[in-house]
Amino acid sequence: MSTYTKRSKDALAQRVAQDIHDGAYVNLGIGMPTLVANHIPAGLEVILHSENGILGMGPAPALGAEDYDLINAGKQPVTLLDGGCYFHHADSFAMMRGGHLDICVLGAFQVSATGDLANWSTGEEGSIPAVGGAMDLAIGAKQTWVMMDLLTKKGESKVVQQCSYPLTGIACVKRIYSDLATLECTDKGLVLIDKVDGLELAELEQLLGLPVAAAPQQPPV
Amino acid sequence: MINKIAESIEKALTGTADGATVLIGGFGTAGIPNELIDGLIAQGARDLTIVNNNAGNGDTGLAALLKTGRVRKVICSFPRQADSQVFDALYRSRKLELELVPQGNLAERLRAAGAGIGAFFTPTGFGTELARHADGTEKETRVIDGKSYVLEYPIRGDLALIKAERGDRWGNLVFRKAARNFGPVMATAAARTVASVHEIAELGSLDPETIVTPGIHVSHVVQIARVATQAGGFKAAA
Repeated sequence: MSTYTKRSKDALAQRVAQDIHDGAYVNLGIGMPTLVANHIPAGLEVILHSENGILGMGPAPALGAEDYDLINAGKQPVTLLDGGCYFHHADSFAMMRGGHLDICVLGAFQVSATGDLANWSTGEEGSIPAVGGAMDLAIGAKQTWVMMDLLTKKGESKVVQQCSYPLTGIACVKRIYSDLATLECTDKGLVLIDKVDGLELAELEQLLGLPVAAAPQQPPV
Repeated sequence: MINKIAESIEKALTGTADGATVLIGGFGTAGIPNELIDGLIAQGARDLTIVNNNAGNGDTGLAALLKTGRVRKVICSFPRQADSQVFDALYRSRKLELELVPQGNLAERLRAAGAGIGAFFTPTGFGTELARHADGTEKETRVIDGKSYVLEYPIRGDLALIKAERGDRWGNLVFRKAARNFGPVMATAAARTVASVHEIAELGSLDPETIVTPGIHVSHVVQIARVATQAGGFKAAA
């Protein structure tokens, strides 16, 4: 066994942010993906979209300055940047569904090697289902990226041959950014973009239980 | 003379029938017309179908309406929240039917109702559990230019309850920040729309370039006291 260190949540957020281009319109999903906003390189203008009708969403307000008419998809208070604007829900989702967002970053329970996504339900008996905008984002953005730990707490791979949890969308994930490696999902399976130092490709394949093709070259973002 | 300003919430909600489908604006607590929901509780209509993005926060507003037992069915995208205990209990005890709809389908089905569209094909949800009817049968699908779509039908309301910032006697509305959310599209999708506003504007004083909802979509405007929107729907950091 080789020795390697997993990417921390912030290191992972930084890795995702590194691939976001200047001028991109981006939707960051609830949970870990929201961390990406903290790591967008200075000097880049990236416009954040929130499904509840905001473009140009800014960071959380100062303590005491919260305005609960200005919240993000997770219902937490945010701010509006200069140049930002509001619009109603049908327009907001037309933006998402119509392919106008460059990138969305989502969390996931499972992703298949060919890019099927399961991120809205574990199908657990008695649980209350909730989907929100996940299905619209997954199939609507120009690029759907997943940000997650590669393994569950039990050590099972979250990248699978076929999702066992209820699907969010089919063949919609382009990239998986994880604590161990960055992978591209293609119709032929997984392709390696990068991995943490010290982790061998064979070891990564063993963790996933899936073949991973070495990238012929760094694909363009 | 047109005067859509209602003297009271009670007058604006008179005649709401049992079995009505009521569209209620808001996303989390932003844009939730709590005063109008309280009015609906007082009015007493039962066997309601409620359409909202969520399914109530805490014990007030939509949660209070659910608690009365007068709601038969909820159509929403995201019922489960940190403070949705009223919905959770009713759903678990099977006292409430849930139609779970992807949020974009919810918005577009409302838009379709308001725009006179019979049905539409959308890629959202294709190949998922939500591309099925309540009885488990698959919704109609079609491949168009090599891409797969699901057929979705409009959601029409008998009544829409929405919250705006300012309105005039013709029913023109402007909104505040992200509290706009479902308000404008629900106003178009219901036979009757009641809007609460914090300010009544003199006719002609709203900038016509910034009116979001034209009065044609609004039946009644009711003034309510200005109360800051309360937090809700998320787990506060410890």
